[in-house]
Amino acid sequence: MKFEHYGLGIAKGMALTFEHLFRKPITVQYPEEKLHTSKRIRGNELVWFPDKCTGCGTCTKACPQGNILLVTHRSEPNRFIVDKFECDTGRCIFCGLCVESCPYNALAMGLKYECAKYRRGDFILNKEKLTASENHRPSAYFRPQFDADLPAQSLLLYDREEGGQKLKFLPLSTRKRGPGA
Amino acid sequence: MTLLDEFQLFLKTLGWPDWAYYSVPALTGIVIIVAAVLTIVIVFIWWERRLLGRFQIRLGPNRCGPEGIFQPIATAVKILLKEDIVPAKADKVVHFIAPIAVFVPVLMVFAVIPFDKAAILVDLNVGAIYIIAISSLSMLAIFMAAWASCNKYSLIAGLRAIAQMVSYELPVVMSLVGVAMMASSLSMVKIVEAQTLPFILLQPLGCLIFFLGSLAEMNRCPFDLLEADSEIVAGYHTEYSGMKFALFYLGEYGVAFVYAAVITTLFLSGWQGPFLPPVLWFLIKVFLVFTLILWMRATLPRLRVDQLMTFAWKFMLPMSLINLIVVAIEILLVPASLQWVMIVINFGLAAVLILLFSRMFTFGGGRVEV
Amino acid sequence: MSVKTEPFYLNIGPQHPSTHGVLRLRVTLDGEVIVDVEPVIGYLHRGIEKLAEGRTYAQNIPFTDRLDYLAAMTNNVAYCMAVEKLAGIKVPERGEYLRVIFSELMRIASHLMAVGFFLNDIGAMMTPVLYMWREREKILDMFEMACGQRMMYNYMRIGGMSQDVPEEFLPAVKKFIAEMPRYIDEYDQLLAQNEILLARSKGVGILPRETAVSIGASGPVLRASGVKWDLRKMDPYSIYDRFDFEVPTGQTGDCYDRYWVRMQEMRQSVRIVEQALKQLPGKGSVCADVPQFFRAPKGEAYVCIEAPKGNLGFYVVSDGSIAPYRLHIYPPTLINITAMKDMAVGWKIADLIIIFGSIDVVLGEIDR
Repeated sequence: MKFEHYGLGIAKGMALTFEHLFRKPITVQYPEEKLHTSKRIRGNELVWFPDKCTGCGTCTKACPQGNILLVTHRSEPNRFIVDKFECDTGRCIFCGLCVESCPYNALAMGLKYECAKYRRGDFILNKEKLTASENHRPSAYFRPQFDADLPAQSLLLYDREEGGQKLKFLPLSTRKRGPGA
Repeated sequence: MTLLDEFQLFLKTLGWPDWAYYSVPALTGIVIIVAAVLTIVIVFIWWERRLLGRFQIRLGPNRCGPEGIFQPIATAVKILLKEDIVPAKADKVVHFIAPIAVFVPVLMVFAVIPFDKAAILVDLNVGAIYIIAISSLSMLAIFMAAWASCNKYSLIAGLRAIAQMVSYELPVVMSLVGVAMMASSLSMVKIVEAQTLPFILLQPLGCLIFFLGSLAEMNRCPFDLLEADSEIVAGYHTEYSGMKFALFYLGEYGVAFVYAAVITTLFLSGWQGPFLPPVLWFLIKVFLVFTLILWMRATLPRLRVDQLMTFAWKFMLPMSLINLIVVAIEILLVPASLQWVMIVINFGLAAVLILLFSRMFTFGGGRVEV
Repeated sequence: MSVKTEPFYLNIGPQHPSTHGVLRLRVTLDGEVIVDVEPVIGYLHRGIEKLAEGRTYAQNIPFTDRLDYLAAMTNNVAYCMAVEKLAGIKVPERGEYLRVIFSELMRIASHLMAVGFFLNDIGAMMTPVLYMWREREKILDMFEMACGQRMMYNYMRIGGMSQDVPEEFLPAVKKFIAEMPRYIDEYDQLLAQNEILLARSKGVGILPRETAVSIGASGPVLRASGVKWDLRKMDPYSIYDRFDFEVPTGQTGDCYDRYWVRMQEMRQSVRIVEQALKQLPGKGSVCADVPQFFRAPKGEAYVCIEAPKGNLGFYVVSDGSIAPYRLHIYPPTLINITAMKDMAVGWKIADLIIIFGSIDVVLGEIDR
């Protein structure tokens, strides 16, 4: 007579949950602790380099949403001046096709990901808001030249190797702002 | 002589009138018990949420106060500030009464729970029967809530509640009879005093059956069919919000406290224990029982409604009957000096019965031809 | 004497804790017993097939992410393969291997979700889900490393993939693959032999072999019914003929078998990734040279691959312009969900939920 199903499976499962009681929680206390995102993160913004842009409009054609507005006028025979360059990040799906298509490396994805706004109108990034600056840094998505400046991504995978569930957190001094902010 | 009796005598010596020396201590006792119960229930809620978090390798609430201890209070404030919604087609009177009717029996049970030898509101000589009778009332209130909500999910939960109560009351009472026989009393104080050895050692099977049965009565995992959120949304309290929902919520944890306290009293020798003060021993044991309930909740899936019935009628009831007979024979035959024989026999019996009954465990039943 | 009773109609969803999205089930009950069940779909319809007609081939790739959003990488691969077949584009060797690695990691992630929520539906309060999310999180971390996002990858391109993986990627995958079998053992320990799980899922919601074949079910749902049908073996697309793996099949086709098949498939996926990592060419292009606004030649192509949830097909018709003339998506779960009635009638409401959970439905794919 074979005895199974007398509660051994339940006991095994309960032993496992009990064991988990002594493992470190994997929770990241988000607003205080922030993990480093991937170097190639497609953050919720675009970064534009006006001096490199020729106004060719490839990005507007590449956008699946038809979301980039580009208005130019011809100044010299072979040169366009960009009058208007706007992107509505409320409609953008952050696919990165515009960055990929830009032949002059004039466009990059941003690092920032905390872009909640109170008004829809604030999502529209115009020329000034798009221009790269200290607070508005490009990610390395399709732009490997920015790769070296960015911190390494914090991976959940590398926890046990370094003893317990140790995640690489940002230092607390930067806790108020995200890595791209 | 309980503390309340002493208080009464003290007032009598002061020369208070009859009605006053009778009612003042009673009211004082009630207020103390209600306050204590609510405090412990709040700690229970915090403990459940924190510990469940740790079982699931997350942190649980940790924002309000140190280690999130004030989180239940924040939750309570949030719930109380919510709009009270009554469905248009609800039976408004019953819908209003049901949450109160859930919570009141929970508080009433604590009248006979001995926190200490003297710290008991009334030492009824039929305390155990009183507990069984009163704690079943909550189920009726749950059915009231379910019926009055005019919601199909609630209705299903209400019908499940009645079936569950009818099935699980029997094995619970049967295993309680074993305890009463061994203590030769139904008074909770006497039952505790009879436990020189905790009854969990003398009646392991009875304890297991009582524990599982009480899990079903307090709708805890794996018998939480009444509010099986993946099936019937929130069960009987789907249509409740605000203060009324808070009463259900409190009632749920209150019932958990009640059964943890009853199990402590009946099987874990209540307030008895070395070194520490008796009340502390009582609370420690209650928390251990509650933690075990939590642990099961963190691990186990839920039974189906017909499997729940099968488990009660085919497994627990026969086992509790056999346990009752064996305990009765042992009380007659085994002398009090040979209690270790009884422990060995009963543990062996429990193991053999569980193994034998596990043979009846089958798969794939429950389909109905339609 | 028979009592005349009326059927009890219950509307489960579109807002319900366990409809896995916005599916609506119109259920006729007799007590708790299910007499009839009718899935009502379309609450997440976004018209992706129509949208595709107005967009170039490359612009459609981000939209395929939104189909089966739990296995977006596989959708990318399937769509790109269809266009490649249409245009006769050959993917470079390294690209093919990376595609296999990504697809199989995606399969693990998708099955972790499926199994976790199946167990959650049975009532194991979030614990298996959270344990499995931990591993899924690691996979998503690696995907984020390669393509910059965790859910809407948009990583595959026509002719390969958008970029080569960063250098930290392969060591991370190796480490993950080395750890993963131990975690799968842990999940097995958690609930696989649990008596309550067995009672709830063994013999429940049986989909007989013949029915499964005749409705055209695929993926773990079909394999649990005992049909050894896996496109990676039957019709090895891409480079799947180079790997050694098994196709786990169930015996009875009940909920437990579907759960078990998914667990075994995760182990097989780990094996495939292991082999792919060994054979992966060290250097080389990952994408064929395809212009961004390329015109596919006139014609049509249909590619069906083994997605985590079943056979995922993309049918592309081209009229020679830069956008497809017609794009049709053959979603596996839409076909699998038609088996709901066969499986659920006669069981209880609680079983309906776990049967539904065991199909592993993603509404983005069904409604498109």
